[in-house]
Amino acid sequence: MGPITLTIVTPLIGALLLALAPRARERDVRALGLGVSLATFASSLWLLSRFDVANPDLQLAESATWIPSIGARLAFAVDGVSLVLILLTTFLMPLILVASWRSVQDRFVGYTAAFLVLQAAVIGVFATTDLLLFYVLFEFTLVPMYLIIGIWGGAGRRAAAVKFFLYTLAGGLLMLVGILYVHAQTGTFDYLAIRDAVVSGRLVLSAAQQTWLFAAFLVAFAVKVPLFPVHTWLPDAHTEAPTGGSVFLAGVLLKMGTFGLLRYAMPLFPDATIAFAPWLIGISVVGVLYGAIVALMQSDVKRLVAYSSVSHMGFVVLGTFALNDIATTAAVVQMVNHGLSTGALFLLIGFLYERRHTRMIADFGGLAKQVPVMAGLWLVVSMSSLALPGLNGFVGEFPILLGTFATNRAAAILAAFGAVLAALYLLWAYQRIFHGPLETEANRTTPDLTRREIVVMAPLIVLIVAIGLYPGPLFDLVGPSVDRVLAEVAAVAGGVR
Amino acid sequence: MVLAAAAGPAPVNDILTVTDGVIGLAWLIPVLPALGFVLVLVAQRWLAARAAYLGIGAAVAAFGLSVAVAWQVIAAPATYLRPLPRWIEVGTLSVGFDLLIDQLTVVMLLVVTGVGLLVHVYSVGYMLGDSRFARFFAYLNLFLASMLILVLGSNLLTLFLGWELVGLSSYLLIGFWFEKRAYATAAKKAFITNRVGDVAFMVAMFLAFATLGTLDIVAIVEAAPTLTSSVAFTLVLLLLGGAAAKSAQIPLYVWLPDAMAGPTPVSALIHAATMVTAGVYLTVRLSPVLVQSVDAMTIIAWIGASTALLAALIAIRQDDIKKVLAYSTVSQLGYMFIGVGVGAFREGIFHLVTHAFFKGLLFLAAGSVMHALANETDLWRMGGLRKVMPVTFATSTIAWLAISGVPPFAGFFSKDQILTEAYLHGYGGVYLVGLFGAVLTAFYMTRWYVMVFLGPARHADGVHPHESPASMTIPLVVLGVLSAIGGLVLNPVHSGPLYRFLAPVSGDISALGYTPVGPLGEPQLIAISIVAVGIGITLAWLAYARRDLSRGRLVDPVRGPLAEVMERRFLVDEAYEAVFVTFGTRVARALTWVDRRIVDGAVMGSGAATLATGRLARRAQTGMVRSYVTVMIVAVALLLALAVGMVVR
Repeated sequence: MGPITLTIVTPLIGALLLALAPRARERDVRALGLGVSLATFASSLWLLSRFDVANPDLQLAESATWIPSIGARLAFAVDGVSLVLILLTTFLMPLILVASWRSVQDRFVGYTAAFLVLQAAVIGVFATTDLLLFYVLFEFTLVPMYLIIGIWGGAGRRAAAVKFFLYTLAGGLLMLVGILYVHAQTGTFDYLAIRDAVVSGRLVLSAAQQTWLFAAFLVAFAVKVPLFPVHTWLPDAHTEAPTGGSVFLAGVLLKMGTFGLLRYAMPLFPDATIAFAPWLIGISVVGVLYGAIVALMQSDVKRLVAYSSVSHMGFVVLGTFALNDIATTAAVVQMVNHGLSTGALFLLIGFLYERRHTRMIADFGGLAKQVPVMAGLWLVVSMSSLALPGLNGFVGEFPILLGTFATNRAAAILAAFGAVLAALYLLWAYQRIFHGPLETEANRTTPDLTRREIVVMAPLIVLIVAIGLYPGPLFDLVGPSVDRVLAEVAAVAGGVR
Repeated sequence: MVLAAAAGPAPVNDILTVTDGVIGLAWLIPVLPALGFVLVLVAQRWLAARAAYLGIGAAVAAFGLSVAVAWQVIAAPATYLRPLPRWIEVGTLSVGFDLLIDQLTVVMLLVVTGVGLLVHVYSVGYMLGDSRFARFFAYLNLFLASMLILVLGSNLLTLFLGWELVGLSSYLLIGFWFEKRAYATAAKKAFITNRVGDVAFMVAMFLAFATLGTLDIVAIVEAAPTLTSSVAFTLVLLLLGGAAAKSAQIPLYVWLPDAMAGPTPVSALIHAATMVTAGVYLTVRLSPVLVQSVDAMTIIAWIGASTALLAALIAIRQDDIKKVLAYSTVSQLGYMFIGVGVGAFREGIFHLVTHAFFKGLLFLAAGSVMHALANETDLWRMGGLRKVMPVTFATSTIAWLAISGVPPFAGFFSKDQILTEAYLHGYGGVYLVGLFGAVLTAFYMTRWYVMVFLGPARHADGVHPHESPASMTIPLVVLGVLSAIGGLVLNPVHSGPLYRFLAPVSGDISALGYTPVGPLGEPQLIAISIVAVGIGITLAWLAYARRDLSRGRLVDPVRGPLAEVMERRFLVDEAYEAVFVTFGTRVARALTWVDRRIVDGAVMGSGAATLATGRLARRAQTGMVRSYVTVMIVAVALLLALAVGMVVR
């Protein structure tokens, strides 16, 4: 068994054990969940150690037959982009589980199992090289996430879960049509074979074909990112999801959208990529500013961060479609950064919610005096999110804008104002929650972070600072793979700057 | 004659890459205070008051190393590059933490660490008893580290790293007493106003990179002559946008007066002596780029002149001991920008240095006064401190004379040399505005001085003013000495030691074709300056020193509608509030409505989908809970089947 398989199978085994012992004591469930997620993380580090950074292609391939009659295979391989996203997933999972120890009292077995299954599916999404399996896993992630929101979520969880499910399912169905069409043209689901056929010119899709196929994939991925104007499921889903769900959603699930664009939509339909790029850049800039402006008006801190995600993911798509090695590489780096910062922010919001059972910003005030550790960490994470140099957000955002400027000056300048807006809504929220006098009894008695919560936050803070000051390894890991994608687009369509 | 000495071929620095000796160790200058920040923050409970030693220790080390580096550069002038690890490397963008050390760096290093050290020491007395005493020193160290990164960075992005981190330190220190809503708001205002400038700075970097393919300062300076005039013009104006925010120039100065919410040592160090001069540093650092666009420089000169005038007018009618100094700082920064704009780069830096001495001193003296008067800040409730606070009084006298421009105190030389250059370079209007500003400066500073120290005491009963402890008066004395002799020692004549020292880093203005406004020479201009200062001081003296001030502001001799407008700061804050806050909120509210009603509605197919969602949701409610275990098991089984298939293949 290779490292990819092990990384996928480990959480599944954990989930199976939990499914076999639904009445296990909570303490044992905690230990098992943590143990399995740490083992998965270790396995992904093994995967990293086996990975050849200099090789830009998909590597460490493993495959097995799945549905021989139609040629669908359980095929896996990773490049730098999938690898960092897998690492992000396995890194966040133990933190999510430990953070949920106190907040999720009800059916912790099911909760843990759902997350482990979700994790396996997401790693599969990032690692598979079979188009059909990609589709199946991409859609399958909806099931555990739907359950996590629908069972362990807040008061409006049912409607939010259904909205989340239908919205993203509908997007995915179009992609399935696209995948089947590609299969009809090529007779295979093997991504590598199809890609090579496109690059070598053996498979030539007309402009019209490419446009329709690209659009079909785009709908699925745009909903997932989510890109303006198909973003409105996200604030509802975040608001109602339990803390762990929000962390995973923002940290990992959204990245399936931007990952899909980079992995599938761009190399397979290069002409359409070039044709769509200016439009997507425009939409992204709108999303950056629109998400930030709407975030300004939110009274629920979770909704605020949800809209900030719309804004920040707009930066990622902007960089991706700048089609420029600086911007596009940084866009992948920014996927990781957004996962860390927004994940950390949702964890802190969760910790605050556990204490107060409210997320309304107006209910707080003056907490910095009462909970200095939480206030300090919140500030660090906010600074990371608003892209303060020295923290991780900046090393992604700045090169995205710098690279975009070479392609599209107006877009880069407009998006740069997103940095002002981010400071506005994040510092506004920070001031309202942590500054000012301690006026209410509830605020005066809010306890600071516990040791367990600090332990959960510590790895995130360390990475936020480490990537901010020494992002070299991360750039080195994704750079060659991104360059390869851009070269593939350029080889067929030309015109990549 | 004086100008003739400055002519001739400009000296050029050799560029040396050095990794050993004192230059090799220069990276410790920002790193030691950074470590101080982390250590104090982590161990603040355990350290308590001992945090001050750690903080001061880091400042001492940074100052000592800066002196050693300065020694090296003075002994062997050159542009030293200290290579350090890479920071961001992607595609053709390659940025490292490398240090750039030349004459300009050295001047900035000494000012920052010198004044920084004094303020650290002063804070021991000033912040004593504060519940967050240790954290204050942590933040001061963070500021020091950030400012040192700013002046040492060898490329624009590393400079920007320091630039943003000083913004963070400033935010933390303005909002140090965050329990007060107004203070927290001031901190946020400072950060966000600076962010607006940052957009301009970032776009400047994009443009520089797109045009020249590098963010490296030495490379940009070398390639500057190849810029087309339109690119140079745009680039300089974008840099000005960033500089105007940090250095509180029109239209982005509004945050600085509010920043006085921070503890007074912070106002002295960050909001007077060092951080706010970062914009001046940036423009002088890139002066070889500036000289590519004389139009853009003219705009800088006029921005500086307008700011100097506007802020001086506002300062005349402020009643808060720190607000007067804050507007004065804005005004003096305006003079530095005049210097930069009229091609007097070195004079601008000279004024930066002397201003750091006398304005740092004025703020520390103000803090000493507030300390003595139980945190009173109203000028109308002061007076009569001459005898009770002899050290504060004596040093403030020096600072007052220095900022007013009385020879031979420090400010006289630096401000006069800027005005002289404006005249000799043909900027008649700027010169006149600057000269009028000098009258106003002498006026409002004399008013301040008289109201704080002279006449009978007007403070509340029960307050017993006293001289501050030695930790506070020693920094006053040091800065007092520097304010007295700083100008005389550094650059008593136009081509004095500092002027010659900075020659290699100053943009070459010989090709700009400056012609003097008129026939006056430097001696006449100096005489005019002195007369202007004399008028300002005399008028204020007559107006305030010979009047009974105990009846409060009603007796202020500066009155009338214009004075009213000055007191209300020309309503600029109100206008900004109306435009940005009120209008901005409306836009945001409208968009939020659109998001809920239109975007969400349209995508969900409004009515039909809402109904369907409702029905499904209801079904899900009943069915889901029971079936979730089933779904999970099926899901697990499915995925496991896939996995097993792989393993046993």
